[in-house]
Amino acid sequence: MKIIVTVKQVPDTSGKVAVNADGTLDRASMQTIINPDDLNAVEAALQLKDELGCKVIAFTMGPPPAEGMLRELMAMGVDEGVLITAREFGGSDTYATSQIIAAAIDTYGVDQDDIVFSGRQAIDGDTAQVGPQLAEKLGLEQVSYVGAIEKDGDTIKVRRMLEDGYMTIKVKTPCLLTCVKELNTPRYMNIRDILSAYDKPLQVMTYETLKNHPLIDKTTIGLTGSPTNIFKSFTPPQKGVGTMLTGDSKSVATQVADVLAKKHII
Amino acid sequence: MAYNSMDTAAFKDVWVFCEQRQGKMMPTTFELISEGRRLADELGGSLCGLLLGDNVEGIAKELGGYGADKVYVCDHPLLKDYTTDGYTKVLTDAVKELKPEILLFGASHIGRDLAPRCAARLHTGLCADCTHLDVDLNGYIEFLRTASSLDVDNTSFESNLFDPVRNLKMTRPAFGGHLMATIVCPRFRPAMATVRPGVMKKRPYDASGAEKVAVEKLNVALSAGDIGCEVLETVKAAKKLVDLIGADIIVSVGRGIYTDVDKGIALATELAEELGGVVGSSRAVVDAGWLSADHQVGQTGKTVHPKVYVALGISGAIQHKAGMQESECIIAVNKNETAPIFEVADYGVTGDLFKVVPEMIAAIRAAKAAK
Repeated sequence: MKIIVTVKQVPDTSGKVAVNADGTLDRASMQTIINPDDLNAVEAALQLKDELGCKVIAFTMGPPPAEGMLRELMAMGVDEGVLITAREFGGSDTYATSQIIAAAIDTYGVDQDDIVFSGRQAIDGDTAQVGPQLAEKLGLEQVSYVGAIEKDGDTIKVRRMLEDGYMTIKVKTPCLLTCVKELNTPRYMNIRDILSAYDKPLQVMTYETLKNHPLIDKTTIGLTGSPTNIFKSFTPPQKGVGTMLTGDSKSVATQVADVLAKKHII
Repeated sequence: MAYNSMDTAAFKDVWVFCEQRQGKMMPTTFELISEGRRLADELGGSLCGLLLGDNVEGIAKELGGYGADKVYVCDHPLLKDYTTDGYTKVLTDAVKELKPEILLFGASHIGRDLAPRCAARLHTGLCADCTHLDVDLNGYIEFLRTASSLDVDNTSFESNLFDPVRNLKMTRPAFGGHLMATIVCPRFRPAMATVRPGVMKKRPYDASGAEKVAVEKLNVALSAGDIGCEVLETVKAAKKLVDLIGADIIVSVGRGIYTDVDKGIALATELAEELGGVVGSSRAVVDAGWLSADHQVGQTGKTVHPKVYVALGISGAIQHKAGMQESECIIAVNKNETAPIFEVADYGVTGDLFKVVPEMIAAIRAAKAAK
C-alpha cells in the first residue's frame, strides 16, 4: 500500500496582491506558499503513514522552483517527490492539468490498496475541479469535501461535508479523497525529516517522460489544447468613497439610525 | 449518432442540473432556471431542467414556474442518495443522447463534485463558481461597463480563435477576488459551468409556466454494480444554520471583536435582531472558532447582497469584499481609519465597536419608538 498526495504551489492571495496594468497578476511581487487545503491532504497521508507504515509520495505540477516545496513536504515526513514540469504543460486549464497529473500518477503506478489525497481547492483558481477530474481520468472512486476518515481494511469510511450537514460514505480502495480544513491540523517540519529531506528521492517528469502516455496528446494539453480559454480578464471597479460619519458615539449612532429610517429599514 | 464533443453544431438548448436533496429542490435550482431562461432566449433554444432522484417527478412542474420549457426526469431507486458514480453515469448518458449546448450546475458541494467528473468524462470544458453568464455579446459588453475597470469602448471583442457572439461567456473571480476572468469553451460542447449560489436572481413564480411545462421521463440504465461506494447515512446539522443568502439585513463581525469575543457577538446579535437580520462574519472569525462556518461571508464563504450590510471590526480583506460589495448599503465600523472596508462602505464610522454599537441599538430603538 502507498499513498499519493497532490500538491500545488500558489501565490499567497491573502497578502498584498499587485495587478499589472494589463489586468494580469504581478506574480513576481508575490510570495508563494503551499496551497492550504493541500497541507490537510498531506497531513491525512502522514497520519495513515504513522498508523500503517506505508510510503507517501507527493506529486506536483509547476515550474522547477516547485522542487523547494517538495523538499519542505519531505521535511514534514513525505518519503518521495515527483515534479511534473514542462513548457508544453504551461497554461493548462483544470481538464488538461488533470490529464497530465493522471498520466504522471499512472506512469508511477496505482495499486489496488492505494489512496490518493488532494486538497479541496487551490486558492489561486478556487475551482475544486482537478481532484474529481483526476479521479475520472485515473478511473478511481472519489469522495470530495472529506472532513473525517476512518480506515478499516480495504474499506474506508469517510465524511463528505455538505452545506447543511454531512454524509457518511463507505468507499473501497483505490480511491481519491479531497480534503477540507476541518479534517485535521497540519503538522510542522521535524528535525529528523529536515535532516534527511535532501536525501529523499525526487523524480522529475517532463514532456519527454510522459509523451507516449495515452492521456498526453498535444491537442488536449497546455494553453492551446485546454478546452477552456480566457476571453477577458479585468479588475473589479473601485467603488466611490462613501460618507464618513463624524461626532461622538451617540451622534454617529443617531446618524446611522437616520440612514436606516430613510431606507425604511426601521 | 456517436457522441463527439467537438461536433459543436450538433448541440442545442440550455440545460440546468436540478439539484434536490431528500426530494426537496435546492433553492439554487430556481436561480439557475431563471438565469437559464435568459440564456436560452439569447441563444434561441429551449430551456430544459434535468432532474435526477428517486420518485421526484412530482417536483418537476414547479420548474416551469421559473421558466423551464421542459423537464427531463431520471427516476431510479439507486438515485435516491447522491453518489458520484450513479449521478455521473445517468447525467452523462443523457447528455450524450440529447446533446445540450450549455449545461449549468449550482456550485454546491454536490454540484462541484458532480460537474468536474462529468466534464472529464464528456471531454469538455468546465468553468467553476461563476458569478455572471452571457451569450449575447452586447449584453456582456454592457455588463463590463459597470462591473469592470476596463475602458470598454477602446477594447476589442474580436477573436480569430472563436466566435465571441455564439459562445457562452462565463465570468468568475480568481486569485481570491483580486481579478475577474471571463472564460469561454469554444471547441467543445456542452459548455459547462457551476454557478455560485445566491448570485443569480430568481424570477417571480409564474403559475401558467408550471401548467405548460413538458415533463419527459428518460430511461435510466443503472445497476448496483455501477456504484462503487455506499452511502451509510445523511446527517443534517443539529443546529439551525443561518440563512445569509436570503437575508435582507446582515450584521457581520470580524477580528475586531477579539478583545471580548462573547460581548462582540452578543452586540452583533442584538443589533441584527433589532433590524430583523442575521449575523455574518469574516473568515478570521470562523478560522478562530468564534462562529461556525455557515456565518462566513466572502470568497470562500457566501456571496451576499442584502439591503443593508453592517461590518463591525472587519478590516475588509479583498476575499471578504468579494462576498459583500454588491450589498445595497454598507455601513462599516472600524477603529482603524485606513481599513480597506471603508473603500466599499457607503457610511463609515471610525470608532470602537464596543462603544458605537450599544449607542446604535439605543438610537434605533428610539427611532422606532418615535414612529
